Amino acid sequence: MNVGVYPGITPRLLTTRGEREDLAAYRAAGGYAPGLEGDELIEATDLAELRGRGGAGFPMGVKLRSIADRPAPRFAVANGEEGEPAAFKDRWLLRMRPHLVLDGLLRSCRATGVTDAYVYVSDSQSAASVRDAIDELGETDVALRVFEVDPAYVAGEATSVVRAINGGPAKPTDKPPLPFDRGVQDSTTLISNVETLANMPFIAVRGPDEYRQLGEGHSLGTGTLLMTISGAVDRPGLYEVPFGGELGPTLDLVAGIAPGARGYIMGGFFAGLANRRADEFVISYDAMRAEGSGLGCAAIVVLGPDDCPVSTAADVATYLAHENARQCGACINGTPAMAAVIRGLAAGGVTDEDLEKLDRWSHSLRGRGACGLLDAVCNVAATLKRDFPDELQAHRDGGCALCLSRPHGEAQASSRYALAWDSLFEHAMER
Amino acid sequence: MRVKVDSAKCDGFGTCAAHAPDVFKLDEWGYAYVEGDASVPAGQEDLARRAIVDCPVHAILELS
Repeated sequence: MNVGVYPGITPRLLTTRGEREDLAAYRAAGGYAPGLEGDELIEATDLAELRGRGGAGFPMGVKLRSIADRPAPRFAVANGEEGEPAAFKDRWLLRMRPHLVLDGLLRSCRATGVTDAYVYVSDSQSAASVRDAIDELGETDVALRVFEVDPAYVAGEATSVVRAINGGPAKPTDKPPLPFDRGVQDSTTLISNVETLANMPFIAVRGPDEYRQLGEGHSLGTGTLLMTISGAVDRPGLYEVPFGGELGPTLDLVAGIAPGARGYIMGGFFAGLANRRADEFVISYDAMRAEGSGLGCAAIVVLGPDDCPVSTAADVATYLAHENARQCGACINGTPAMAAVIRGLAAGGVTDEDLEKLDRWSHSLRGRGACGLLDAVCNVAATLKRDFPDELQAHRDGGCALCLSRPHGEAQASSRYALAWDSLFEHAMER
Repeated sequence: MRVKVDSAKCDGFGTCAAHAPDVFKLDEWGYAYVEGDASVPAGQEDLARRAIVDCPVHAILELS
């Protein structure tokens, strides 16, 4: 897997050294240095406009304050479960720079009065790396422990995290309550993505003004983010880029978009598909949401000239339907139903009535699940119709030119994205 | 008054929609939901409370 940095910027999160950074190396690079603490750090986080990197983009300063304002005991969870199949940023941070994450976690805990913290992961290499890092640190004023769960798309959802640590299954619960209100041991709990936490040392030590020097000028996001870029690109991998650039030129510069690329899978799998109009989207949570898309955890899959958007949508929807937690009736029934129509469409065998149902479900089922998985399938259906109407109509009429050109003239049964996403990146890491 | 059906708890008994059909709707698989901003229409509060009490799986909560 390639690891790279946007040209001309100094990386804050990535290193290209290619080996795990131990305590001595992290300290030598300025880690665990004295910095802003307490309310001053929370205020600096507000001024830095740090947004959560798990997918929702929630303001970190607001989250920290909501924890600090509630009574003890207080807990914190560094969430590194990373259930989005096309993402590999959190695992990279935990495997390669565990002390950067722990430094951010410890600073956040001290600023909010948290005394017990967990690092929540499903990746065994991440777990081993963090355990070693905790051992290297020795005694700390905040109790640190690693909590491992089985990997699943929904296991990193904040309410799944709370439920798992409290002894239940790693499956979401409906809201309210939210974890800042009632989390681990029914107490207020800070749940923050590990990349978000990895930004905290910079803000504490260098201050919000310096933090905002990258990404500023757009009012659309500050600092840098980690993008996992895969699919039809020359150099798939993990890249640190500043907020505020345009998506297409940024992806092309760091990873090299294949000629004739047709579009993207956006936001991990959460935000569905987008055609090349997304090239002009600004890399920002709010700007992409305003476009009816989403940055999510910034995992982007590029669809090449040989990727059929309908077949890709079918595979993404099928994957998500399999990952449904089997809790909410609308999701248990709705996700397989929507996936079945899109699969039927990919195979060239659906009726207008099927498509009308799909369209209706993609609106009526939105928001009906306890977590976002049902909405993710709604997004796949809705964005396929919105961004690839010609391909959709061609498949309604038997198949698109690309699929009909496949062997035996049969519609393509599945896209190359049916392969196991995790294993794709695991192999890349091993090389 | 505002109410919410807990999506993960609802088992589709449909008792709520029988008591308060203007508040609770059932989807095509029989699972309940509340339309719009979760507000109970004026005059329907008692029916909504009856639905909350009678839900066999306690899946409805009144939002504060």
